[in-house]
Amino acid sequence: MKILKLVDVARSSLLKNRLRSLLTMLGIVIGVGAVIVMRAIGDGAQKNIEDRIKTLGTNLIMVRSSSNTFGGVRRGAGSSRTLTLKDPGILKEQCRLIAAVSGIVSTNDQVIGGGTNWFTQIQGVSPEFLTIKSWDLEEGTFFTERDIRARTKVAVLGSSVVENMFSGQVPIGQSIRIRQTPFKVIGVLKAKGQSSFGQDQDDIILVPLTTAAFRLRGDSQYVSQIYVSALSADVMEAAQEEVAQTLRLSHKLIDGQEDDFTVRTQTEITEAFSATTQQLTVLLMFIAAVSLVVGGVGIMNIMLVSVTERTREIGIRVAVGARSIDVLTQFLIEAVVLSVMGGVLGIASAYGICYFLQEYRGMTTIIKPEIVAISLGVSVVIGVVFGLFPARKASQLDPIDALRHE
Amino acid sequence: MDKVIQTFELKKTYELAQPVHALRGVDLTIEPGEFVSIMGASGSGKSTFMNILGCLDRPTSGAYRLDGVAVGKLSRNELADIRNEKIGFVFQGFNLLPRTTALENVELPLVYQRRKSSVKPKRKAAECLDRVGLADRSHHQTQQLSGGQQQRVAIARALVNDPSLILADEPTGNLDTGTSRDLMGLFQDLNDQGITIVLVTHELEIARHTNRRVNMRDGLIIQDEPIEDKIDARQDSLNRTGDPTQEGDLTPQ
Repeated sequence: MKILKLVDVARSSLLKNRLRSLLTMLGIVIGVGAVIVMRAIGDGAQKNIEDRIKTLGTNLIMVRSSSNTFGGVRRGAGSSRTLTLKDPGILKEQCRLIAAVSGIVSTNDQVIGGGTNWFTQIQGVSPEFLTIKSWDLEEGTFFTERDIRARTKVAVLGSSVVENMFSGQVPIGQSIRIRQTPFKVIGVLKAKGQSSFGQDQDDIILVPLTTAAFRLRGDSQYVSQIYVSALSADVMEAAQEEVAQTLRLSHKLIDGQEDDFTVRTQTEITEAFSATTQQLTVLLMFIAAVSLVVGGVGIMNIMLVSVTERTREIGIRVAVGARSIDVLTQFLIEAVVLSVMGGVLGIASAYGICYFLQEYRGMTTIIKPEIVAISLGVSVVIGVVFGLFPARKASQLDPIDALRHE
Repeated sequence: MDKVIQTFELKKTYELAQPVHALRGVDLTIEPGEFVSIMGASGSGKSTFMNILGCLDRPTSGAYRLDGVAVGKLSRNELADIRNEKIGFVFQGFNLLPRTTALENVELPLVYQRRKSSVKPKRKAAECLDRVGLADRSHHQTQQLSGGQQQRVAIARALVNDPSLILADEPTGNLDTGTSRDLMGLFQDLNDQGITIVLVTHELEIARHTNRRVNMRDGLIIQDEPIEDKIDARQDSLNRTGDPTQEGDLTPQ
């Protein structure tokens, strides 16, 4: 009851100084708004990156052969030929934690077709490749296990290749030539866009794994990479370990001998990128937090001015029976009301700014409810912390001096 | 019945570089229903005495009983409660809250009231404004009222908690003669209704509206006697119409 009366007193005295109240709030509005917007932009950037990395594939585990040393010259990752055409099959048979496997044989070459030619990447893959990369067909069909066994000369084109060689016309049934070998186009992939590394993932031609190994490359028994899809995101690490162990057995490596391949997961890549954006977010948040504190100092400043200006009012209140605690509470409530209203306005403007950024600037912004709650909490704390000093000053005024104050 | 005010050997010393003895031992008793004026030149100690009587300040030594309560040694908070329950203040400078309506100003002491009251604050405040003849001004803001009207609002505020005592410190100091007389008429009306009033003034003319005059000099009471030639403001004011809005001081302060 008592506190309600004091809230009412604080409310009416804030309303009597509308302009000053608004200006005082401005600091908090900007502070809270900045914190939320910065965080929303940071979280949005993070989500963007995660989404892009996901386009690499679902629960992807990548196996590459490791470097070899030839006559004392170390030739870098993937240079040795240790992964064979048999390995994908062995993994598929022996690993329990994996959903799909595809060996990959890649080569780059000039492709002729559609009355023109184009230099692009050609990858020999197995049918499961589409599942692993969560990729869909735009038109036509994909090759099957039968095509793999028969080393059929069929090709599925990425959308960039279609764009460049056939001016966007559906080329199904048409013929293209890779290294003098004619391939029949049976399908077109859906556009996937840029990878997080800036590569055009659609500038690609997929052919059956065996066709690539035997007809396009000379080294018929080796694969450049193996893509594995784990059963779920939770078993990524276990699956990674299982794949490594199976490959060691298959390659007949004894204990103590180093792996002749490397296993990497999509999670590792995600983490590396997240760490960068998180640091950036922390930096932005720090700057925003500073502006919030400045807003708090603004409140303290105005409240101190207000106490001096209203000395007589305080004197009158004390003369008619206000206790110190009543005066303290009144001024504290005023400070908290100012900062909370500033916080609420800040949140509202943050939503407005994020909407604008999203609609008109195409930025991804994510406002997390917990960030909003924390900002509101922080503005209450700022009101109390920075309101306490002026409120204490007001409550300890001597009534006789205060009444005489001009 | 308790005395309203009873002081014994009241002393107040300000500990400055040279100790200033503002009160040197004041004994004063005021019965319920009295209308007393305290007079004295500046420096006579009457303001200090007034502050102590009003529980705004504490004596250095001596005893002070207000309405039967020994208030000399009470804490700051207890004094605040005493002021709220037992004393109504009227100041020379009116001391109303700016940008606040007459009604809200009158209500102010009730905001800080600690004992439970069955009366609605708004209704009580409106009643008090009616008693001082300003019922029709209750929603006017302070700065829209004339000096005389502001002082009436202040008196209504002093009445709102049914105090044992109204303390008026130079209440007519900022008002012209005609308005002063009307105001003294209001005090006399209130005193006739049984309200105890102590009024500090330096004008003999004003003091003559009260029933008893206390004279102070150098921190002591030098004279304390009934008024022989009392002025009744209500009979002597020829141009009084009974409508305070018709006062001659409509210029806002």
